[in-house]
Order: sequence, then structure tokens, then C-alpha cells
Amino acid sequence: MSGHSTYEPKSAFAKWFHERLPVMDLVKGQALDFPTPKNLNYFWTFGGILAVMLVVQILTGVMLVMHYTPHVDYAFASVEHIMRDVNSGWLIRYMHMNGASMFFIAVYIHIFRGMYYGSYKAPREVLWMIGVLIYLVMMATAFMGYVLPWGQMSFWGAKVITNLFSAIPFVGDSITTLLWGGYSVDNPTLNRFFSLHYLLPFVLAALVALHIWALHVPGNNNPTGVSVKSSQDTLPFHPYYTMKDAFAIVVFFMFFAFWIFFAPNYLGHAINYQQANPLVTPAHIVPEWYYLPFYAILRAVPDKLGGVIAMFASILILFALPWLDTSKVRSGNYRPLFKGFFWIFVVVCIGLGYLGSRPAEGLYVVFSQILTVYYFAHFLVILPLLGLLESPKPLPSSISDDVLARSRPATAAVPAE
Amino acid sequence: MSTAEHAETNRRDFLYIATGAVGAVGAALTAWPFINQMNPDASVRALASVEVDLSPIAEGQEITIKWRGNPVFVRHRLPAEIEAAKAVSVADLPDPLARNANVADGDEATDVNRVVAGKEQFLVMMGVCTHLGCVPIPNEGDFAVVEGSSKHGGWFCPCHGSHYDTAGRIRKGPAPQNLPIPQYTYLSDTQIRIG
Amino acid sequence: MKLLKTLAIAATGLALSFGAVHAAEGQKPARNIDFSFEGPFGTFDRAQLQRGYKVYKEVCAACHAMKFVSFRNLAEPGGPEFTEEQVKVLAAGYTVQDGPNVDGEMFDRPALPSDRFPAPFPNEQAARAANGGAYPSDLSLITKYRPGWYGTFNQLFNGIGGPEYVYSVLTGYVPDDQIPEELRAEQPEGKAYNPYFANGHWIGMAQPLVDDQVTYDDGTPATVDQMARDVSAFLAWTAEPKMEERKRTGFMVMIYLGILALLLYLVKKRIWANAH
Repeated sequence: MSGHSTYEPKSAFAKWFHERLPVMDLVKGQALDFPTPKNLNYFWTFGGILAVMLVVQILTGVMLVMHYTPHVDYAFASVEHIMRDVNSGWLIRYMHMNGASMFFIAVYIHIFRGMYYGSYKAPREVLWMIGVLIYLVMMATAFMGYVLPWGQMSFWGAKVITNLFSAIPFVGDSITTLLWGGYSVDNPTLNRFFSLHYLLPFVLAALVALHIWALHVPGNNNPTGVSVKSSQDTLPFHPYYTMKDAFAIVVFFMFFAFWIFFAPNYLGHAINYQQANPLVTPAHIVPEWYYLPFYAILRAVPDKLGGVIAMFASILILFALPWLDTSKVRSGNYRPLFKGFFWIFVVVCIGLGYLGSRPAEGLYVVFSQILTVYYFAHFLVILPLLGLLESPKPLPSSISDDVLARSRPATAAVPAE
Repeated sequence: MSTAEHAETNRRDFLYIATGAVGAVGAALTAWPFINQMNPDASVRALASVEVDLSPIAEGQEITIKWRGNPVFVRHRLPAEIEAAKAVSVADLPDPLARNANVADGDEATDVNRVVAGKEQFLVMMGVCTHLGCVPIPNEGDFAVVEGSSKHGGWFCPCHGSHYDTAGRIRKGPAPQNLPIPQYTYLSDTQIRIG
Repeated sequence: MKLLKTLAIAATGLALSFGAVHAAEGQKPARNIDFSFEGPFGTFDRAQLQRGYKVYKEVCAACHAMKFVSFRNLAEPGGPEFTEEQVKVLAAGYTVQDGPNVDGEMFDRPALPSDRFPAPFPNEQAARAANGGAYPSDLSLITKYRPGWYGTFNQLFNGIGGPEYVYSVLTGYVPDDQIPEELRAEQPEGKAYNPYFANGHWIGMAQPLVDDQVTYDDGTPATVDQMARDVSAFLAWTAEPKMEERKRTGFMVMIYLGILALLLYLVKKRIWANAH
């Protein structure tokens, strides 16, 4: 799996260039010929989808900046200017705005795929941890981006989230003042959020490069979780996975296009089309859908500092996942008990998301507390115990054996190529 | 290779080419709105005209107004400036074309073609040197009308030394063309609209 | 089976968690009107938008600003589509402040198509002072920020009901003697009862529409219901002036992506045919 490929420059120019910068060697070894398990299913296409979405967000973002004004008096009007006057401005803005949601849908599928197939287990712990870091930076980027249109939810979202830091003992108030650059969310806050919102995507791109590097050292995990044993188990990335990913990306784009063109504001909040007013809080402050599970955890704890700690812990615990799961078997397909608990966990996360969208009162709080406890128990109790108690199903001897075993009942005899 | 295999190969090639072509067309069509967003937007295009009142401009005076982000010179010329401009033969001009959006494209750069008939005293033109875009200085250069110690009319571009005469035509220096005249109309005897 | 079932639950939950926000206390869901611009192919009714503009101009504009809309927008495709000449005349009927002139003075001039709709009050304080302390909100985006109803699925299939909200408020005034018994004592001075109003059924705006308040140029009878529909449609356009272009583009993009997906699927199938 190393990068020393078989690239042979053909023309004289290619030879000249190769001796000075062997980038084609890298492309051929790491992208075109890279040996990839032959049994990856469509859940594995979300890595490619995410890479494309990052590019879409950066491109549309750069174009929006050409027309946007980061100032409390002009930000809202400049976004309306984009929507009304700029050529195709509405398209670029709706792409960027819905692109954020698509990015999160894809990343959640990607994360849960990794959880189900045990992609975080040795030797892929660093790959997983870089992924969690990417997710954290994504959340920060999306949050700051949401503030820029300077609507009511932009403003109050910014105020509520930055106030989380005031829960820190002794220095909390100083930290929020530092974050705001004033005594409330105001023009300095908007300006620094704009600056960081433009910076962080490039940090993300660098982290993605590391993520891919860390992927290419051990190679891909696969639905069986069994390591690659021979070249029988793999296919070159191109054309097999380039074409499969391209197909998946286009299908994903159809889903994306549905939101852009036919329900562009559904995933956002209507009230954000009202300009920010620091004197009036909207009746219900709710974050964007992709933060809702964490918002529910925040509100489940009746103590300010405790809630903030629980919320951050619920994300940071993912860093420890490779060591909390004690099972030697990677893929959930061969772990009957784990499989059930995995789906319960998925439902719990969605349930927390639902509760995050409800007002923090009555039964909603009680359920949030139950699900929060379960969320942490999944990582701290269930996963460590399962590995010890569960007896996994027998694993296939190799990837190619598994592929053959699966294809035999369907097609009686497969002639050799 | 049997004919069946041959047909198979051709169909495969066709599929790949068709997919590549559809993909390329889509990429090109997607690129267009992303490039076009940099063109002037609807609010900029809507503001592309400006009205100027000529009555306060005294003879021998000149005002500069901003239109589409560029300076436009509006000059009330002295009779001597008009005479000087009329005295020049088109054959002697480096740029023989009128460069006037209000006359036909190929018209000659006579003084008459640089102004509106009956309003020859008012010269309206872009104050942007046709060399590299600097703003020329009025009443300067080798082609101003000299009366004693004062100069009237003519423009000199300080950036690279282009000299324009009293009708705004290039006479000397690196600039290739006469100062262009934007489209404008008289709304009344003393008011024009540019654009 | 189990997996499918779980996935179904998951999908439901996911959909439920999308953007669900609660109705403000006590807001009555708006009455659902069938507008021509609903659905993936819906377009605005030009005549209706032109009538709606007239209602806005003669009734709403006395108190409500519309700061993101310019006169030129009225002639642009996908809107009321007045002719350029009509828009020049419409604009010239307004006076806007311009300047400074050469003497450094501000001056008034007739509006041009490139001007925004002038605001009826110079600032919020003046607007409040003239309206008994209530601030008449800017109407440019009202149909996009005021939901007429809530509910995750309801909003997915029916939109947020912004135009319906405007319609329902305009037609939902309850005469003082018909206010529900238990609420009568709470009625604030100078406010009317309107159960559809988002900020708690006491509304500072007196009932703005009465029959034949405007005279439509196309002869449509100007009933309160008709005027409310027309102005709601007009405000749907001011909030989303590129809606028709968006839907049209979306239709073509979907067809294109469908074709490309099909081709790529065939390519992928063919390449993978010799993989095993």
C-alpha cells in the first residue's frame, strides 16, 4: 500500500517533469491504482461525497464573499442584495446554505458507517481521531457561518452559544467578553466570525488531506471487517471506485438539488429572514438541525456548567471510542448483540435531536435526561461490556471468499474472466 | 475477435463517450452562473445613467462627474477652443475615428462629430486616458489654446505623457485612441442625461 | 426486517427533528389558501401581483416600509411584470430625497425605477410615535419569516404558510363585541383582537381593509377577501422575487442529473461486470 507505484513516464516531457516533481507517481499510486477492498458497499461512497461537498462549500463561499458585507448595518441587506440583484446570487446562496445541511447529513452517515463496521479499531485509531477533529471544526465553521446573515436566529444563536463559555468558573465572563470583543454580540463579533468562517474551511481541507493520508497507511476497512490478505481481495481505485463514487455523488446531488430548488428554506429557520434585533429575543431559540442532539444534552443537565460539560463530553468521548470498544471483531455484521445496540444508539441520537427541537419543559426534559444517560452508557458501559460478553459469528477467511459466497446462490456458475 | 465482441466494444466506448460528454456539458453549464455572478448586478445596471445640469458651467469651465465609477468631463468650451479643434485636418490625427457612441461607428473624428450639433460649446467625454486609464489634466499639454500666460482646453495625461487637443482627440504620446464619448441626450436646453 | 423497521423509525425521527419550531403561544394556524405559486411548478399570477401592488401602495404603504424592493423590480421577469414605461410613471409618483447637490443641499426629486420604495417614516422612533408605540414591520420579507402554521411535515408539504399568514391576519379581525368573553377584560387600549396575529392576538394595526377600498384597474371586485389574497401574493413575490427562475432552473437541473446518474450507473455496472 505504499506510494512507490509503477508509474513510468511515457513522453520526454513527462520524464523531465517526473524527475523534478514526482506528483504523477503519487496520483497513480495513491489515487488511481490504490488497492481498495472489492466488497465496499454504497455507505463507503460518503467519503467521496464529503470531499465534493467541501469543495462546493468553499467555491460557493468564495463567490458569496465577493458580494457580502461583514458589518452589522449591512450584512443582512447584503445577503438580500445577493438574493435579489446579483446574477444567479440566489442559486449560490441557496447552494451554500443547504450545502451545510447536506454536508452534515453526509458526515453523520459517514460517522455511523464507521461505528457500525468498526472502522475506528486498530490500526485505524488515528484515522478515526482525525475524523472527529474534522467534525469538530465543521461544527465551529457552520456555527460561525450561520451568524453571518445577521438575522434574528443568527444573532441569538451566536449569543446563546458564546454564552456557553461563561459557565467556565472564574474566567468564564472574561472569555465571553474576549469572544465578543465587547459586552454583547456586536460588530466586532460579526467581523471575527467572518474572518474565522473564511479560514476554517482551509483548515478542514488540510485535515481532510491528513485523514486521507491516515486512511492510505492501513487501507480501507470493509463490510466484513476482515483485513485485506492478498491482491485477490482488492481492486484498483480507478476505474472501479471512481465510477461508483461518481454515480453516488450525482445521486446525492439530486437530493441536494431538491432542497436548493424546491424547498430552499425548509432546513433553516424562518425567523432568520428578520434582521437581528439585540433587544428582542424570538420566542423559541433553536439551533440548526445538525446540532439538536447536543443541544438536548446541554439542556438535559439542570446545572449551567454541568450542561456545558456534558455537551462537550458527548462529542469528545468519540476520541476514546477505539479504546472503549473491547471487541476484537470489527464489523457489526458478525456481532449479533452489538448490531441491536448500534441501532438503539442511532434511534437515541435521533430522539435526542427531536427533543432538542422541543421546548425545554415537562416530559421533554425527562426524556432528554433518560436519553442523555443512555448516550453516555452506550460508550462507557455497553461497548466495553459487549466485547467481553458477546460471542461473535464466524468470520469469513478472506474478503474474496465472502464475495464468492455471496454471489454463488444468485448466479449459479461464474466463469473465470 | 468475433463480431459480437466487436459490437460489445463499440457499445462500451459509446457509453463512456456519451457519459463523458454529458458530464462535460453539465460542468460547463454549471460554471456559467458562477462566472456570471461577477458581472454587474441588477442594481448596478439600473444605476447606469446620470443627469447633469449644464447651466452652472461658465464658459471656459469644466466639471467632472462620476458615471459608472468613471470620471466624465463636461466642458463649456471657449470659441477659440472650438476654432482650434475645427482647424485640424482629420488626416493629421493619430486616431481618425470619432469614438462617439452617439454617431455611427466609422465616422471621422471631426470636431462636429465629437459634439451635438447646435451645442458645440459643450464637450462631454470620458475622463479616462485610452492608454492605461489615468485621468488627464485639463488646460494642459501641447494642444491647449494659449492666450498670454494661460492655457485653455486640451488635456495632458501625467502618467505616461499623452496629449489631447481641445476636442479630446489624441495628438501625441502613447495613447492609441481619442477620449471616448458616452451615449448622452439633451433632456432640455441645459440638461443632459448620460447613459 | 429488523433493519428495515429501524431504518423506518430512524427516517421518521430524522424528519421530525428537522427545523421543527413551536408556534408562538396562542397563534391560530392560518387558513390555507390555494395560491397559484404553490408546488414545484407554480408561478405567480401577473394580474394578481399587479392588483396586490395596488393594495400595498394604497393601503399598506401608508405605514409599512418595503426597503429591499426597488421600483425596477416591478418590471422584472417573474414578478408583476409592469412595462418599463408603467414603472417609470409609478416611480415618478413618489418623491425621494437625493443629494447633496453642488451647494451641499439635500433635495427632493421624483423617484426613478432604480430607487427603492421610499419608507413612510424616517426612522423606527418616528414610526412608533405615529402608530401608538407599535412598529409597523418592514414587509419585504414578511412571508418568509412569519410562518402561518407549524409542524415538521406540514411545513414540508405546505410550506411555512407565510402568504397565508398575511391573508389570515388581514381577514381575521374580530369586532370588539365578538371578542371571547374571557379575553375581553385583557384588551389593551387601542388594540384589536386577531387570533391569527403572531405576537399574541392583540394587534396594534386597526383593521386595514374594507370592501371597495381600492379600485382595481382590471375591474375585479375589490372585496376584503380579494384584496387580502392579492396583497398576500404580492408579498410572496417581494420576499422571493426569483422563485419562478428557481423552480424553472431546478426542473432542468433535475432532468440533467437524472440522465447523468443513469449513464453513470450503466458505466459503473459495465466496469464492475468484470470485477469478480
